[in-house]
Amino acid sequence: MADLKTNTAGILSPNPFWLASAPPTNTGDQIMRAFDAGWGGAVWKTLGQPIVNTWSRYGALDINGVKIMGLNNIELITDRPLEVNLREITEVKKRYPNHAVIVSLMVEANREAWHTIVKQAEDAGADGLELNFGCPHGMSERGMGAAVGQVPEYTQQITEWVKEVAKTPVLVKLTPNIADIRYAARAAKQGGGDGVSLINTINSIIGLDFDTLAPRPTVNGWGSHGGYCGPAVKPIALNMISQIGTDDETLGLPISGIGGVSSWQDAVEFIALGSTSVQVCTLVMHYGFRVIEDLCDGLSNYLDERNMTLDELRGVALPRIHHWKELDLNYVVNASINQEECIGCGLCYTACEDGAHQAIHSERRADGRTFVEVMPDACVGCNLCSLVCPVDNCITMIQIPTDYAPCSWEQHSAGTGTLAPRPQDKLYAQLATAKKEEAPAT
Amino acid sequence: MSDKSSGVSANFADYKPLFDRNAALVEANRCLNCYDAPCIRACPTSINVPGFIKKIASDNMRGSARLILEANILGASCARVCPTQELCEGACVLHDLHEEPISIGRLQRYATDQVVLGGKGAALFTQGPTNGKKVALVGAGPASLGCAAELAQLGYEAVCFEKADQPGGLNSFGIADYKMDYETALAEIAWVKQLGVDIRCNTEVGRDIAIDAMLADYDAVFLGIGLDGVGPIGIPGEELDGVRDCLEFIAELKTQPKDDVSLVGKSVAVLGGGNTAIDAVTQAARLGAKHVYLVYRRTQAAMGAYKHEQELARKDGGIFVMEAQPVAVLGTSGKVSGLKCTRTRVTDAGFEYIAGSEFVLEVDVVLRATGQSKLVEFLGRFDGLKLDSKGRVEADENGRTSVEKIWTGGDCVSGGKEVVNAVAEGKRAAHSIHEYLQGAR
Ligand SMILES: Cc1cc2nc3c(=O)[nH]c(=O)nc-3n(C[C@H](O)[C@H](O)[C@H](O)COP(=O)(O)OP(=O)(O)OC[C@H]3O[C@@H](n4cnc5c(N)ncnc54)[C@H](O)[C@@H]3O)c2cc1C
Ligand SMILES: Cc1cc2nc3c(=O)[nH]c(=O)nc-3n(C[C@H](O)[C@H](O)[C@H](O)COP(=O)(O)O)c2cc1C
Ligand code: SF4
Ligand code: SF4
Ligand code: SF4
Repeated sequence: MADLKTNTAGILSPNPFWLASAPPTNTGDQIMRAFDAGWGGAVWKTLGQPIVNTWSRYGALDINGVKIMGLNNIELITDRPLEVNLREITEVKKRYPNHAVIVSLMVEANREAWHTIVKQAEDAGADGLELNFGCPHGMSERGMGAAVGQVPEYTQQITEWVKEVAKTPVLVKLTPNIADIRYAARAAKQGGGDGVSLINTINSIIGLDFDTLAPRPTVNGWGSHGGYCGPAVKPIALNMISQIGTDDETLGLPISGIGGVSSWQDAVEFIALGSTSVQVCTLVMHYGFRVIEDLCDGLSNYLDERNMTLDELRGVALPRIHHWKELDLNYVVNASINQEECIGCGLCYTACEDGAHQAIHSERRADGRTFVEVMPDACVGCNLCSLVCPVDNCITMIQIPTDYAPCSWEQHSAGTGTLAPRPQDKLYAQLATAKKEEAPAT
Repeated sequence: MSDKSSGVSANFADYKPLFDRNAALVEANRCLNCYDAPCIRACPTSINVPGFIKKIASDNMRGSARLILEANILGASCARVCPTQELCEGACVLHDLHEEPISIGRLQRYATDQVVLGGKGAALFTQGPTNGKKVALVGAGPASLGCAAELAQLGYEAVCFEKADQPGGLNSFGIADYKMDYETALAEIAWVKQLGVDIRCNTEVGRDIAIDAMLADYDAVFLGIGLDGVGPIGIPGEELDGVRDCLEFIAELKTQPKDDVSLVGKSVAVLGGGNTAIDAVTQAARLGAKHVYLVYRRTQAAMGAYKHEQELARKDGGIFVMEAQPVAVLGTSGKVSGLKCTRTRVTDAGFEYIAGSEFVLEVDVVLRATGQSKLVEFLGRFDGLKLDSKGRVEADENGRTSVEKIWTGGDCVSGGKEVVNAVAEGKRAAHSIHEYLQGAR
């Protein structure tokens, strides 16, 4: 069993899995049940001036019959009285001294107000603070949440106010609703933030009700844009985390990764791209706290199988993230179909024929089966067929050795590299000569 | 459709029940949406299977039903009664992945029931603008219905003459009740009638309507008469009370309250080895019979019945008596009391009886399912109509017979296939008739 103990910017937890600040962390009772189930930490549902919620709050994106590939909400921060939350924080910390309790905060842009709430949270026993500059709906209309996170100067300013009084580590939770996440992360660092958490939810309209054509979730016939999260947002989160992890100005800034984590594999990706802890919300809203068992078990087995520690995994993929212009244009791959495995569904054919490069030949055999085969002269190695094939290991992309040394676009444009010939070169040459021959006749 | 909640009738609950929405979505999404899909090719009516399935997945239920019913007007019946294991589902590529094939039949039912039986929304199909031509169809079974529905949409006056008191042929009166009940079959036909198909029941051609007059009055004629009943096999005792044509037995159990036809406390012998025999075994068992014997003169391997149907009959307690030939029905006071059989042995030349191997099955009912006869006498009354040596009507692939104005399709041509084949043949004939009558204009 691999050691999963984690230290995120000074916040210790028995494993890297924290509940994100959201409905699963509404109450002390929930958080204690989550800790019993095995969660390493919890970010308390954002505290601030209590608010009033609408009743209808969530909408889901189901894809091809699979439920909640994406979730959207128009819920605000905690609607429970501050004293109740503070009392419960104390209670939880008393009973679970070794688990991480991080308290999420959001108040108006006023130095005194921030000072007060920071002290209240720390006095109650918080192990760390998370500044919610991310909530994209409702709170932002009141100048809080994403309204702060979208302006680097505000982010820096409020982080500075908090750091004036905070004794525990401060994480700044960033909103993805910006053009370039690096500016937000730099501001958080400049303001003295000990780390960043990301991503918060993405602005979204999840869809319409097909009977009334009102946006979902529908509140008395109307709707409002909400915050989007769940499995579908993971790729966006991974990119933003890797951008912060590879930006010279924020190198080494601790990251608590969030966004669509649904399995231990997702956690491996977040960690390999630089996250220390990983936060989870939608998965728990869908299936409950019990999912932690496989998150920890899977991660631990993965590390054990590779004889790797969690520290070794952290950031290990970052050096492989490069600019496109640095990629090798002479790395040639071709699709290869294993005829033993092929079930003749024809999906690779129709995908390549209509959606890629017309490089698969298909024919109906006498026994009624569809036979497919890749034409190496036409295949550009785009991967599409291998992505649509429903059979494991049936279409593999195999590397074709060439006599050419690696050459990137950068090298090619600087005149320091030679490009290997492309499958389409021959075709274009043919077309060009065909044109020429035609020319005099007209 | 009928209440099947209690007593023996509970045994006749749907074999392919209706999916609920979520189950249908999961199943619909499991379909790979194959290119040039083999399931389409395996369907005699070439329903665009992945097409209708993906419309279920996108909640386009009207579009899904239209795609099915355009190809096969009895799509709601076929969803229930087709031997899908042998047709579309048998061809599904998922077999090669060692996965269960897509439940195409049940998805088809999910898509069509709402339109055909639920009457939801505006009509999907309508009668074409009338072209003044008339076609007579003999019989109102699946072949004639497939033909008439197509003709009505093309603007013809399509009139089906049916000798029975209700339409549908064996689709109404012969299908095993746990696949589809009588009421459902009739409800579907009521929907087909909305297209402008005129069905005149209790009207036997050759008796109530003269053949010559029909040929003179109509621009074309379609023969969809199916087959005859199952005749005596020629052994002593067949006149006893309790010996019956299996088709009569099935029609009765479908149209009467189940408790009135219950077989509780009785033993039954079914003679034959085809699908009709196997259906009779299963249904007799479900009617509560003490013992149900299937008596067949060859080995089980030689049985014509589908494997999946054989398994069902066995699960229901059917006792297979193989390599046995009935030699006499025994009786007391005019009623069946037993069936005397002799053992047979398969030989190169066929099979032979084993002397001294006689045995008696104690039964109260003997059902003949040894093959339906052909309606040769009736067909012989059409001048110039050619039949093959087995009494089947000779026709080309479009159903054209040797007589200029006469087309045909269904069991009277094939000698007995499935509902879906009859519909396909009827539909093809309709287009051939249309081509002919357009040319004749
Ligand atoms: C017991 C049994 C079970 C079956 N189970 C299945 C099954 O599960 N699935 C499946 O797909 N298929 C099944 N079949 C086969 C299927 O029912 C037939 O293939 C199909 O009904 C053939 O259609 P048809 O229109 O050719 O003939 P029929 O259905 O036989 O219809 C012919 C009609 O013509 C009428 N008719 C005949 N002569 C005249 C006349 N002179 N004047 C007026 N009307 C006349 C008859 O009354 C009848 O209504 C089964 C068949 C049997 C016998
Ligand atoms: C219903 C709901 C309420 C949320 N409330 C808060 C909140 O109060 N404070 C906050 O920082 N994030 C809030 N979030 C965002 C989550 O903490 C998290 O950043 C986001 O859901 C992405 O993670 P996921 O993809 O695992 O769900 C909320 C999310 C949901 C679904
Ligand atoms: S890799 Fe791309 S181009 Fe090559 S066969 Fe597959 S889909 Fe076609
Ligand atoms: S997608 Fe895969 S299984 Fe389907 S035809 Fe192509 S190679 Fe065969
Ligand atoms: S063969 Fe099977 S998986 Fe492919 S389209 Fe047909 S039903 Fe779907």
